Amino acid sequence: MTALEPAPVVTGVRDVTRADVEDFLYAEAELLDAWELDTWIALFTADCRYVVPCNDTPEGDPTRDLVLIDDNALRLRSRVERLNSRKAHREYPHSTTSHQVSNVRLRPVEGEELPVVAEFTVWRFRGERSTTYVGRYAYRLRVVDGHLRIAAKRATLAMGSLRQVADVAIIL
Amino acid sequence: MTATFDPTRQLAPSGPLVEEDREHHRFRVHRSTMTSPEIHALELERVFGHSWLYVGHESEIREPGDYVRRPVGNRAVFMVRNKAGEVKVFHNSCSHRGAVVCRKDSGNAKVFQCFYHAWSFDTDGKLVGVPDREAYGDGLDFGALGLRPVARVESYRGFVFLSYDPDIMGLVDYLAGAAEYLDLVVDATGDAEIIRGTNEYAIDANWKLLAENSIDGYHAVPTHDTYFKYLVSLGTDLSGGVAGTAKSLGNGHAVLEYAAPWGRPVAKWEPLFGEDSREEIGRLRADLVEKYGEARARRMADTNRNMLIYPNLVINDIMAITVRTFMPTSADRMEVTAWEMAPRDELPQLRQRRLDSFLTFLGPGGFATPDDIEALESCQQGFHSGGLEWNDLSRGMARDPLANDEEQMRAFWRQWNSQVTGVER
Repeated sequence: MTALEPAPVVTGVRDVTRADVEDFLYAEAELLDAWELDTWIALFTADCRYVVPCNDTPEGDPTRDLVLIDDNALRLRSRVERLNSRKAHREYPHSTTSHQVSNVRLRPVEGEELPVVAEFTVWRFRGERSTTYVGRYAYRLRVVDGHLRIAAKRATLAMGSLRQVADVAIIL
Repeated sequence: MTATFDPTRQLAPSGPLVEEDREHHRFRVHRSTMTSPEIHALELERVFGHSWLYVGHESEIREPGDYVRRPVGNRAVFMVRNKAGEVKVFHNSCSHRGAVVCRKDSGNAKVFQCFYHAWSFDTDGKLVGVPDREAYGDGLDFGALGLRPVARVESYRGFVFLSYDPDIMGLVDYLAGAAEYLDLVVDATGDAEIIRGTNEYAIDANWKLLAENSIDGYHAVPTHDTYFKYLVSLGTDLSGGVAGTAKSLGNGHAVLEYAAPWGRPVAKWEPLFGEDSREEIGRLRADLVEKYGEARARRMADTNRNMLIYPNLVINDIMAITVRTFMPTSADRMEVTAWEMAPRDELPQLRQRRLDSFLTFLGPGGFATPDDIEALESCQQGFHSGGLEWNDLSRGMARDPLANDEEQMRAFWRQWNSQVTGVER
């Protein structure tokens, strides 16, 4: 679904503006909400990481602490394949989601990576139930062939527990 | 409520809530046990008021003053190590006017001071500070105004339990056959710790559905297809399948014990663990053989265990070890809290595989647990559809029960029935 592919073409990581990043993050959110996961995963680098720490350990280090999600590229691919299948029972049929990104801030470039932080609210509707995930994204973005790409995405939940949302079967 | 009103009779007018017919190999459970608010209220009193309930692991409070706060059996309590190194569990309420005195989930404290009027208590619960003490008369016994310890607290091999029933049997007697299985886990783990990071989620389903699900070998293949595909993508050879037995351990506890295709950090190597950990796993295994003999070491290293300690503690010793407890907040909802246990000094690459295994299989962000949650909520929704009155749990009644039979659930239900309705097991 090329219509949803993120548009901005950027020259170098040091020239990236907040508007470029916002466009990119909004496009990512649109792909997630459209369940275009095969297009979405192409936004990630081959050495990417997608991490969601446990609610009580926001600083959790996946090499030492238990986290909710710790995906490298292989596991992220498995997650996408799972969610694309009819056997991911928790997400078949899929929830309707609305990924809302705000308070986007760019941090100083480190090497070839641009750290970005943003706030998120992800609404999830399925059956009679409406749940909301609230928290903060920390991205590390790179420029690959003129496009922003995600080297790391960490979604730290602000909620004290998952009691109100049950699980993290969707992608935040 | 009149003295003669018995909601269990009211709700299953056709007879008992749990019905076992050995001659016809039929075991069934009335669905009102899963949906009735009256039965839920009875359970709170008869099950959770009169069982040993898991509080936490001693490794969570290693130093004097270390504490953790959490609800146990829907009551707010906290567990603290006192100056003498003993584990204490208190009701979290000031003896003065009731406010909670421990206001953080974990930490270290010499005293717990109530913020309301600043009464302070030491780690033995003793009242050690009262502002304006001279305002009280000489007759008041401040010694009797300490924090209230819960009625019973006992620990088995690092697992701390409490009971609100002062007259309950001792913990070791209560654990019955489950003690030996805890020994297997603890002896294989050595110096165990609860890893930082807690899974705290909830399921809109009756809590007994998770008791069943945690020891249900039958659901694994149909429900967890995407997880097994993931294992295959990692290179795990699943052709060996899962084979084992199910058994009742007494007092409602039950276990599945089975061999499976995946490796175990203690101490069964598989290629996924990497060549660089082969030697270490060999060494761990040799240690077990030396300490416990070949047969017991093989059992510890090679077999997996899914154990339910009645009523609401699950110890699954698979590739990762989970300590999971759950508590109903109504007939239709439960809260689940799960931790990962591991050897404290473990090679980083083994710890990584253990963490990976836990979060992909056992965690609420993984490739399996969300589908269990879906299954349990689906059952709960199905019960409310009505029409059918009974759940069937007859699988394996005509043979020595296998790990994918339902004998382990029958053991749970017999105990539950005995506690809730007074029917002899």
